[in-house]
Amino acid sequence: MEILSYLVDGLLLALQPINLGLIVIGVSVGLFIGAMPGLGSVNGVAILLPITFLVPPGSAIIFLAAIYYGAMYGGAISSVTLGIPGASTAVATTFDGRPLALQGRASLALVTAALASFVGGSVANVLFTLFAPPLATLALSFGPPEIFALMLLAFATFVGLGGDDIAKTVFSICIGLVFASIGFDQISGQPRLVLFDISGFLHGIGFIVLAIGVYGIGEMIWTIEQTRGEVTTTTPRMSVAGMISDTREAVRRGWKGTTIGSFLGFFVGVLPAAGATPGSLMAYGVAKLVSKTPREYGKGSPDGVAAPEAANNSASTGAMLPMLTLGIPGSPTTAILLGGMVIWGLVPGPQLFVNETEFVWGLIGSFYISNFAALLINLAFIPLFIWMLRMPFTVLAPMIFVLSIIGGFAATRDMHDIWLIVIFGLGAFFLRKFDYPLAPAVLAIVLGPIAEPTLRQSLLLSSGDPSIFFTRPIAGPITIIALVLIFLPALKFFRRNKSTESS
Amino acid sequence: MFSKRKFMCLAAAATMLAAIPVQAFASDWTPRRPIDFVIMAGPGGGADQIARFIQSVVEKNDLTSRPLVPNNKGGGSGAEALLQLNSARDKDHTLLVTLNSFFTTPLRQEGLGIDIQTFTPVAMMGVDPFVLWVHKDSGITTFEQFVEKVNADDGQFVMGGTGKGQEDSIVIAYMSGAYDLNIKYIPYDGGGAVAKDLAGKQIMATVNNPAEAKGFYENGDFVPLLAFSDERMDAYPDVPTMKEKGQDFSYYNQRAIVGPPGMSEEAAEYYRDLFQTVYESEEWQNYLQSESLSPLPMNAEETREYWTKQVDNHRELLAEIDD
Amino acid sequence: MRIGEISVAGILALFSIYLMIKSAELPIGYIRGEGPGGGAWPFWLSAVMLICCGVIALNWWRGTSPPSQSDEPMLDAFGWRTLALVGGGLVVFVALISVVSMYGAIGIFLFYYMRFLGRHTLLLTLPVALITPFALFFFFEGAMQISMPQGMPFTQPVFDLLYDVIY
Repeated sequence: MEILSYLVDGLLLALQPINLGLIVIGVSVGLFIGAMPGLGSVNGVAILLPITFLVPPGSAIIFLAAIYYGAMYGGAISSVTLGIPGASTAVATTFDGRPLALQGRASLALVTAALASFVGGSVANVLFTLFAPPLATLALSFGPPEIFALMLLAFATFVGLGGDDIAKTVFSICIGLVFASIGFDQISGQPRLVLFDISGFLHGIGFIVLAIGVYGIGEMIWTIEQTRGEVTTTTPRMSVAGMISDTREAVRRGWKGTTIGSFLGFFVGVLPAAGATPGSLMAYGVAKLVSKTPREYGKGSPDGVAAPEAANNSASTGAMLPMLTLGIPGSPTTAILLGGMVIWGLVPGPQLFVNETEFVWGLIGSFYISNFAALLINLAFIPLFIWMLRMPFTVLAPMIFVLSIIGGFAATRDMHDIWLIVIFGLGAFFLRKFDYPLAPAVLAIVLGPIAEPTLRQSLLLSSGDPSIFFTRPIAGPITIIALVLIFLPALKFFRRNKSTESS
Repeated sequence: MFSKRKFMCLAAAATMLAAIPVQAFASDWTPRRPIDFVIMAGPGGGADQIARFIQSVVEKNDLTSRPLVPNNKGGGSGAEALLQLNSARDKDHTLLVTLNSFFTTPLRQEGLGIDIQTFTPVAMMGVDPFVLWVHKDSGITTFEQFVEKVNADDGQFVMGGTGKGQEDSIVIAYMSGAYDLNIKYIPYDGGGAVAKDLAGKQIMATVNNPAEAKGFYENGDFVPLLAFSDERMDAYPDVPTMKEKGQDFSYYNQRAIVGPPGMSEEAAEYYRDLFQTVYESEEWQNYLQSESLSPLPMNAEETREYWTKQVDNHRELLAEIDD
Repeated sequence: MRIGEISVAGILALFSIYLMIKSAELPIGYIRGEGPGGGAWPFWLSAVMLICCGVIALNWWRGTSPPSQSDEPMLDAFGWRTLALVGGGLVVFVALISVVSMYGAIGIFLFYYMRFLGRHTLLLTLPVALITPFALFFFFEGAMQISMPQGMPFTQPVFDLLYDVIY
């Protein structure tokens, strides 16, 4: 019960008035940073570092956890209200969150997202508290072949995401993967696919550039054109009673997705290099797979909002685990945090849990409090975000364009990428017109940079022998499950096609 | 003072008071705009960590009237950062935090048209040595055993690193050449990932900066075998150096601050004073010690000579790798 | 739509071929003992893209995909006008960034869109177009410490003044 007393100390630390005040400020700031397309927890944490000199280190950590949680909750807000995933972790949230908003049920989507995030974060916190050291061992046993197998599993969930036209879906996945390989070949250490020899392609095409282009520009122009400029997103209703009934509905129709997302997300998030995006994607796929009404998915199913939101929050908490137990950054955000620890005079690494119990448990304690505070503050702000949706569309639309461009620049700091955003946006508009599904491309650009290097590292390890993916004890079963999942629907598809043709 | 203001700015997202106590420096020039602090690597690596540490020392001690804004440009092994600096629009408000790709990238990618001798030397903050690590479960405790094991495995001995042409691969290539070793080299995307896979025993040995392996070393997971420094390191007094083994080879990662070509002399003077203050600060001295960096103070002239020497060295070392 | 479908597939096929050629700058084969070369991943994926374009063309010829059956024009007059005014506005917006700075371009774009496309009154348009850039300036430069592009030299005094205010 040593853990419990540490945890209580941590919680008490987080509940001191100054710290509680910092949590409220941190969560609110994080919420807005996360809701801004292009900005995410990385930016929040980066601006936090200098502030750590102003308050005691303990409070600094708490402030940090608050911003981190706020930003995670915030990601869902732009996915639902603007239709732009603010971070790669929130792409899957748009699949069902956006349709709900267009049906005038944005408040149901936002409430579901907030509740699911809370449950996901809480489950992750409890698992974290109880099982941190054994999970760290598990994380270490994932080498390149295991990570690649996991990516394969994530790809398996793509199969259900595409449109009806399989050629266009495959095209979309492939173009995303090729875009992901632009810039630099990590294995041979050489520049690769520097398109038209423009130096801006040296850093590759970031997820954020494609996502903002496709959703912030392409989808917006498509909406304006499709609705003949007379966009009236069904005026969202807004009242206390409405929110209470939304809460009930969210619980009733979203609990399944939340449960799946919370656990799956955590285990994927714990693995360094995998991260929250595959976690949220796989949660969506699994929730759809086990659902009795899979046809509702993509048309505004609360489960479809709950699963990825629970998963990305849970995974983001899980991503703290390799950082705290091993001193290994799982994401850019945790990398900056590690730098922060050095500045505070801590030594990241396996000894941190032993030597700096106060720091570690103070941080974990503040996870609990921040998660709860984030839920309350998020719920309190929902009316504000709904009110934004009530702006006339001819004011909202240019605002979304402006936020897309300025947010895109904030994320990349390169005019080259801004031009790419515009080009992708116009391209996406035309592709959208001809029924090309674009979500697979956006997700492929996230998974590609993990999948390709791990594939090639594995083959280097095995001297080019692909059986490495089947013979290793952890990689083997994952690979087989993934292959079955990939080929089963494809088989079904071809069989169905054949039967329709012959009839 | 500054941080507090920023903090309130953040909370209210609004402006407030003016009047800043500007530090008195030798020259009259002071920056008027935020300083673009370009980093040759992505967020999270050793170079990034050092840059952010320097930034925080500057902010903590309120040394500048305008903030240093970290800007990660890791693309193309730092090619992007060099291009950014080469064509900096505002030459007096742009700085680069370097590592050794400062030397290797212009050599490996001649098409970039970068001549590092045109850049303005600002400050040498220290140099980072490299150490050869194995996992304790391998049972290897000396460099001789390591050589024996590699030979016994005949091409199946796996080492991880940050990629062909990167610092650690240069060291491994030299070592392989000197001892006729046949090593299988797996590239990763950062020193942290390399250390993690050594800890998980996916790979058998690495060449890492002490900073990246320190946590695992203190936990007893990693065993240092050989240091590639000129003399034995204070933190690892029992670890022999490559020089002791009779090879005239040492290798360091340069942690320097560089200005763009054509930075005005006044601005360069200002930044030199600024980073001298940072260098002498207690924080930086502690950092040098805890992360096992070696001090290597030099002025602008010496820095240019050092660059010439390093470029020649790297040209030879890279030629060996490409063979 | 029918013509559009095959033209888009054609353009994408050309793009795929370009990607294949560009990928082939690095080895695209299977290197013994090492696995695929540096260009293999993008090369073969681009090849799959090319095949997909072929299948799309086949479906077009057989008329099985919805766009290839439709006789409607891809975009009617309204569609083209919208695309030109909104898409063109965005292109001009981005082009203006390097002339009048990010914030100046934002103000101009908001004014253009709300006044000419949205037909809002000046009373609403002007305050929004003026206040938004300032609010964004304080958010990004003041709170987030992210510097935005500053345009041609004549914008410099304005920025220097604003920096004096926030730092």
